[in-house]
Amino acid sequence: MTDSAALVIRGLSFSYGPRAALEDVSFHVPAGGVTALLGPNGAGKSTLMTLTAGLLKPPPGTITVLGHDMAAAPRKALARTGIVFQQPTLDLDLTVAQNLRVFASLHGLPRKVTEARMAEELERLDLTGRATEKVRALNGGHRRRVEIARALMHKPDLLLLDEATVGLDVPTRKALVAHVHALARDTGLAVLWTTHLIDEVDPATDRVVVLHKARVRAEGAVSDVLKQAGAEDLATAFDRLTGPDAAPLTEAAQ
Amino acid sequence: MSAALIALRGIIAREILRFVHQRSRFLGALVRPLIWLLVFAAGFRAALGVSIMPPYETYITYELYILPGLVGMIQLFNGMQSSLSMVYDREMGSMRVLLTSPLPRWWLLVCKLLAGTVVSILQVYAFLLIARAFGIETPGWGLLAVLPALIASGMMLGALGLLLSSAIKQLENFAGVMNFVVFPLFFCSSALYPLWKMRESSVILYQICAVNPFTHAVELIRFALYLEFNAAALGWTLLAAAVFLGFAVLGYDPARGLMKRKAAEA
Repeated sequence: MTDSAALVIRGLSFSYGPRAALEDVSFHVPAGGVTALLGPNGAGKSTLMTLTAGLLKPPPGTITVLGHDMAAAPRKALARTGIVFQQPTLDLDLTVAQNLRVFASLHGLPRKVTEARMAEELERLDLTGRATEKVRALNGGHRRRVEIARALMHKPDLLLLDEATVGLDVPTRKALVAHVHALARDTGLAVLWTTHLIDEVDPATDRVVVLHKARVRAEGAVSDVLKQAGAEDLATAFDRLTGPDAAPLTEAAQ
Repeated sequence: MSAALIALRGIIAREILRFVHQRSRFLGALVRPLIWLLVFAAGFRAALGVSIMPPYETYITYELYILPGLVGMIQLFNGMQSSLSMVYDREMGSMRVLLTSPLPRWWLLVCKLLAGTVVSILQVYAFLLIARAFGIETPGWGLLAVLPALIASGMMLGALGLLLSSAIKQLENFAGVMNFVVFPLFFCSSALYPLWKMRESSVILYQICAVNPFTHAVELIRFALYLEFNAAALGWTLLAAAVFLGFAVLGYDPARGLMKRKAAEA
């Protein structure tokens, strides 16, 4: 069912000069859950995220966020979207609160609303008490949490996380993954999470989209992807779908 | 308050906070023109005589002559500093946060421009107060009258910085900006010498100086400091600001400019 999906991508293609980064990519992200966009480095995940964030000219195909076409109404789509980029994007010399306030202003949130949301999001991400600390003084895990809190300040319906755990140690990574899953479960948020780390997927609840060499190789619940790849676990399925011996696209995946 | 004005307030607050946290930037912004004013100008005082010319009603010292040029220099360097920080932000990714706001992109760039202008004006007033402490004084009311001129010149030089930041691919290319943009703009202007002196040396150089938008910004400031209005200088400054901003907006359009070129090269 894509009618009620938070994000619908249909027939998306994009190339960097002669090199295709995305070819006829289609999938959807339903509300209230995490969709993991899995793929090895260079699969096209970050390009997809950049396009969904409206930072590149819309190519052939459509990106629809909560019914708003990114090409026709990018501002309406962006108003419903929270984004955590792969690269850190916080102002290091500003405090946590100052970073959040500046971001809230970019979404036109009044001061009272900003202060209330800031308290709410900092508490949700276990950052209460860190508001007045400079970001420079925080460790990598806390900085990532601040970025997630910032992305949630305007109460988006769709959260895009582009390799949000890169550079974090294992316990911090696990904690962050748990936070995001709890967020989706508790708030009905739709999350598109790009990663190449299989263990960040919750096999019980997550949907999976496997992207490899610019194309979607498999999509669906974990059980569907296992079926499509003929594998018993996700790691094996991922290897089969993205390894050097990856089989040609199945009809189901196409 | 509308969302657009809230964003403007937020972006200005961010720039001021960043400026306050970077004390060395503030000191650097003041030390550079003060060295020109207190050392360079003192040395050249005897060599360069300045005859009576508008807006001055009598002979003036060389320090007083170059004061508006140094105010322009502060704004020029601040514009380039903003440009440098935007290239850095873009390379580090934080520019993406700004560009994914649901507000119109041109408005976000105008907010950035206004924020940079506010910071440059703070630097200018600090400089003018220090100059007064050394006895280099313009009419008292001129400090108030110059404010609109500083807004116009700050916008123009900030817009130039925005345009450059949209065209510069990498931080490493910034040294070229100093050599090919900042120095020619500053030295081919009326900041350090009256244009009639330049005409005596070279007509071509005089003509280059006369069309240089920085010359018009400096003259706008010079006249305003003496409570006089220079309509031509204001017109050229605003025209240059509009042209620079227009091209900067195009440069930051995902369908055109650097963002598209960067994607194609990635």
